[in-house]
Order: sequence, then structure tokens, then C-alpha cells
Amino acid sequence: MVRGLLSGMSGGGSARPMAYFLQQLINGVTLGATYGLIAIGYTMVYGIIGMINFAHGDIYMIGAFISLVGFMLLAVFGITSVPIAFFLVLVFAMFFTGVYGWAVERIAYRPLRRAPRLAPLISAIGVSIVLQNYVQLAQGARVKPLQPMVHGAFQVYNDGAFQVTISYLQIMIIALTLALMLGFTFLIRYTSLGRAQRAAAQDRTMASLLGVNVDRTISITFVIGAMLAAVAGLMVTLYYGVIDFYIGFIVGIKAFTAAVLGGIGSLPGAMLGGMLIGLIEAFWSGYFSIEYKDVAAFSILVFVLIFRPTGLLGRPEIEKV
Amino acid sequence: MSATHPARVDFVALARDAGAAALVAALLAFPLLGFELDASARGITLNVRLLWVLYAAAVVFVGRFSFALVLRSFGAQLSALASRGGGALSRLLSPTHLSPVNTRYIAGVAMIAFALVLPFLGADRNLIDKATLILIYVMLGWGLNIVVGLAGLLDLGYVAFYAVGAYSYAILSTTFGLSFWVCLPLAGLLAGLFGIALGFPVLRLRGDYLAIVTLGFGEIIREIIINWQPVTGGPNGITGIARPSFFGLEMLPVATNGGTTFADFFNIPFSPDQRVIFLYYLIFVLALATNFFTLRIRRLPIGRAWEALREDEIACRSLGLNPTMVKLSAFAIGASFAGFAGSFFAARQNFISPESFTFIESAIILAIVVLGGMGSQIGIVLAAVLLVGLPEWFRDLAEFRMVAFGAAMVLIMVWRPQGLLSHREPTLRLGGGRPT
Repeated sequence: MVRGLLSGMSGGGSARPMAYFLQQLINGVTLGATYGLIAIGYTMVYGIIGMINFAHGDIYMIGAFISLVGFMLLAVFGITSVPIAFFLVLVFAMFFTGVYGWAVERIAYRPLRRAPRLAPLISAIGVSIVLQNYVQLAQGARVKPLQPMVHGAFQVYNDGAFQVTISYLQIMIIALTLALMLGFTFLIRYTSLGRAQRAAAQDRTMASLLGVNVDRTISITFVIGAMLAAVAGLMVTLYYGVIDFYIGFIVGIKAFTAAVLGGIGSLPGAMLGGMLIGLIEAFWSGYFSIEYKDVAAFSILVFVLIFRPTGLLGRPEIEKV
Repeated sequence: MSATHPARVDFVALARDAGAAALVAALLAFPLLGFELDASARGITLNVRLLWVLYAAAVVFVGRFSFALVLRSFGAQLSALASRGGGALSRLLSPTHLSPVNTRYIAGVAMIAFALVLPFLGADRNLIDKATLILIYVMLGWGLNIVVGLAGLLDLGYVAFYAVGAYSYAILSTTFGLSFWVCLPLAGLLAGLFGIALGFPVLRLRGDYLAIVTLGFGEIIREIIINWQPVTGGPNGITGIARPSFFGLEMLPVATNGGTTFADFFNIPFSPDQRVIFLYYLIFVLALATNFFTLRIRRLPIGRAWEALREDEIACRSLGLNPTMVKLSAFAIGASFAGFAGSFFAARQNFISPESFTFIESAIILAIVVLGGMGSQIGIVLAAVLLVGLPEWFRDLAEFRMVAFGAAMVLIMVWRPQGLLSHREPTLRLGGGRPT
């Protein structure tokens, strides 16, 4: 689905190499911002409980659906001012998606804290199947369109034949992502919650001995991850204008790839990885072929892992005998 | 704790707990069940159905309340029963159970005997077809078990090798007219080569990185199949794949150019049932061969090395094993069994398309291995019957079936995190008696 949309946005020929490059760069950064937001959810959960939260992509899909419901509800109440509507939907989507994140952790992962390593992974795959089919049952299998709400664009460069534009929506996405990243870094570095998270990531038993409520910390981690995924879902709903129940799968894989590429467990790594995957996709489909853009992303992942087995910003694990 | 006060049940606390669960359910249901996005050609409209939120909350309240009530009243007995039941089952079938009669062996023989006589028990074609499907998954589960259960490598893209096997046979058969029996080893070989090609660069990575690379590989193979139209037929797939023959006898009503049909040779009237039963026995033999191979290779140095590596990689390295080569062999052998299964699948279906090789297939195969209890051959059979057989019978329920399927995966994991029949016992022990 994303494939068709990407072809629309790559547009233009390669008559003006520099301008075309610039346009792909802008598109890639926008795409990368959403991947980065979702990748944070993967990397945080992995850092703290060492588990691949396979259902995270579907949480993002749920966030997108809840955002769309939110926009429709506001239309019913007659709120048409775009900034107010955007803000209200953001809060609405983050809250309800956060509840989903909390419930998934409570039901499917918490009982498996001390289980063998593969058990939570299978449980997560089960959750992913449930969420996809639940949304399909509740909302139907058809794609859901949304009329574009934010119009207009800046012209960055124009030479008559080819113009490079950055739309207000793209600026909004990039700015919001940057703001969230800054806030999030602050949260992890300087608050007691962040300290508890880092402590639980290092050693859960020790953290709980020192008075950290580990279960609650993990719950909050899932809620934060789900909220960031909801923001990504909201932005993608606005940006692409269509969603369906299946969007979580491939985006989830890409975001997880981004987390691994950046070094799983590292927050700046997740953002960097997201940007890289977004850029690779935009440039690959802009210059080569749109069909094999996923192949390109994965090949570069394999390539990076051969030379840096812990990802770009990951710290090497110390093996103990 | 509840065992000491069996008579006193605190209804208020139970109701409060159930009320909290119902509140969460209502919050979950509100945005997605309470409103329906109705998409039509003109755009979307919002249908309000807040009653559904109430239903969801009520169901959760009643469910949670009665579940907690049962648990409070009979909790101790129930959990004892459950753990005794599961434990007994797993003790009964686990190889370390040192009883004069090896029950695991008996269970295995009984299962094989049942599978052997199944077509003669008056089973109809439909049932045998389903049994064939289950056996394909049993074979895939046993193949993946070499990678995941024995060598401890997490492979999330196993279906890629299954696809390689299926497409190898389909392309070789439709393009060069090669027979199934020539292609079967070729398909396994090709899948194994793909396993080596993928495994060589990535097997030095640690567990979870391998998982994402294999997952990506599965998607890459699917994307190549979809896009490489001239060879793979793209999304339309390949049709008219030749069926396997029985020692040169064709399972067709009329023989093609100069061949003899099975029915003519034995002088019996042709019936399509013969082909279904033949395919059933074919996959039965292939699956058994996989099982036999696994059981035997566990006693060879290479099989021992796999299990040792799973338990402690550092110790293995200091004993002079080359971890990459050991892992690579497990990966390649596991992949080639998927290749065999894939070529059988193509031969049985007569038609293949990329839709048969999606991630969900990999997830189901992995779930079969993990639910069965990693490393347990009989557990895999039980899990395959449970995960593939049961949903087949409820095909009409469509998405409800998939919701239940996913929920069952979660519930079984929460109930028995170590799998239905768990054992992670080393095959060999120092000092003690000989297990197995």
C-alpha cells in the first residue's frame, strides 16, 4: 500500500539532479521521522526486558485508526480549526493507544517475565494476529481515506522546470518528531522515571532491591512506546490520507530494522536508524526501482551488521562465562 | 492461600477487581468498537454504536468475576490438577523418564500406526486432505526444530526456504519437464544453498539480530517472487505443476504421452481418492524421514555440537568448535527440509503463488515448535494438530477464527511458557545412566 503512495510523492524526472536530490532528501527525512518514532518503542522495550515486541507495529496501526476516529468525531462536533483539531486528536489518540499498550503488556507479557526467551515472542506474535483481525472485524477490511487537512507548501527552490517543495505537513511532522525526541531524551536522562527505566534495563533484580517498582516501570515503558506509535500513526494518517488494518506489519518490520540498524537498546540509535531507513527508501525508489525498495533496506541492514554486529550506536555486549 | 479459607469469598473485592477490568475493556472498546468508520466511494462516515462498548464491558465483567470466583473457590485444586496434568503428560512422554516401559516410544509408535491406517478407517477425502496439510506442518515443524530447538537459532523467515523449494520444483517442472522425484533432492539442495548464502554473513550475529535478518530475508524472497514476473509469474503464481508419480505410474485418469496410470497397472478403476491417499502417504514418509534424521543426527558429533552450542557458546569455542560452521550446518540442514516440504506442497497444490508464503506461515511454524515444547518431536505433532487442524475445521468463521487463533497462542504461552511437552534435557550426561 505504501508503495503506491510513495510513487506519487517521489514524482518528477531527474532533469535537475540537485533539485531532485533535495526533494528526495525532504521526503526521506519525513518518512524517517515516523520510522524513528516507532523504532523508539521497539528499542525501549528491548532495552528493558530484552524482548522483541512484535505487536508494536499493530499498536501503531491502532493509533492510526484511533486518530481517524478522533478526526471524524471532531467533525461531528463541528470543530474545524486545524490546530485545535490536531491537538485534540493528538491527546485522544495518545491516551487510547496508551491504554492498548498497557493492556497488551498486562495480559500477554507480564505473566511471562520469567519464562524462556521465546515464549514472550510467540505471545507477541499472537497479540499481533489478534489486533489485526480485531480491527478488521470491528472496522471492516476496506481502506479508510481521509481528506487532506493541511494544505500548502514552502517553495525551497525553483528553477522553472522543477521545484523543490516542503509541505507544511512535512514541516509539522519533522518539528513534532524533533520536539518529542528532545522531551523524551530529557525524560530518560533527568527524571526519576528515566532513572528507574535505566536501572531496570541494567539489572531488574538489583533495581527492585533498591526500591524501583519494576513492574510499573515496564508498564510505563509500554505506555510511552504506544503513545509515540500513536503520534506516528496520526502523522501517517494525515500524510498518506489512507489507512487499513494491515499497515502495521510492514511498517513494524521497517521500524524494527531501524532499531537494529541504530543499535538496539540505544535511543539516539533508533532515531538515526529510522532516518537512515527512511532516506534509503526515498532515494532507492527515487533513483532505482520502487519494487525493490524493501530489499534495499534489508540488504543495507545485513551489510551494516556484518561490519558492526551491534548496530551503528550499540554498545558491544560483554560476554560472561 | 485460598486453600486455607475455602469458604470465605470476598465478593466486594472480586466485584471491584472485575469492575476495574471492565473499565479497561470499555476504554479499549470505546474508540474502535464504539465507532465504525464506514468507507464508501464518497469518503467515510462515522457510525456510532456505543452499545457495543457496553457489551464488551459487560462480557469482561462477567467473565472476570466468574473466573476469579472459580479460581478463589477451587483455585488450589485447579492449579494442582493443571500442573499435575501437564506435568504428567510431559513426564510420560519425556525421554528422561526412566521406567521399564518407554512410554514415549509407545506413544510415537501408536501415532505412526494411527497415521498409517487413517485412510482405511473410512475417512473421507476431505479428512485425508486435512491430515495431509497437518503433516506438511509437522514436517516443517520438525525441520525448523533442528534450527530453533537443537541449535537454538531464532529463525523468523523459515517460510522463505519453503518458498524456494516450492518454486524450484514449479519452475523446473514447468520449464524443463523434470519429474517430481528428480526435483525433490534438487529443491532441498537449492533451499540448503540459500540457507548457506544467508547464514554465512549473519550467523556470527547474536540471537535477536539473526531473528530480524531472517525475517527480512523472508520478505525479500517474497518481494522477489512478486516482482520477478518472467520467471515466477509474479502475483499470479505458477499453474499446471505436474503431480508426483508412483514409481513411474501416474495418478491420472488418462495417461499422458506413453505413460501408464496407477489404475491401469493394478487393473482397478480410477478414482481421485487414490491420488489423495498417495499424497498423504508421500508426505507421511517425508515427515518421518525428517524425524528419523533428527533423532539420529542428535547422536552424531554434529548434533551434539548443536546442542552444546545452544547451551553455552563460550564453552564450545574454548573446546575448539567453530560456532559459525556449526550454526551454518544446522541452518542449512533445516532449510533443506523446508525445501523438501516446499516441493511437495507445490506438487500437491498444482498451483503456487506468493500468497502461500507470507510471514504468518513462518509465525505458525515457529509457534508449532515453541508451543510443542522446544526440542520435543511429539510435542510438535500435538501443536501442529492444535494450530493447523483445529482452525481448518472452523474455516467458515473467517476473522473470528484468526482472533481465536492469536488469543490461543497467547493463552497457551501464559499457561505453559515452556511449551506443551517441555524438555530441554541434554542428550548425553556425564556419570548418569544413558538417557533416551
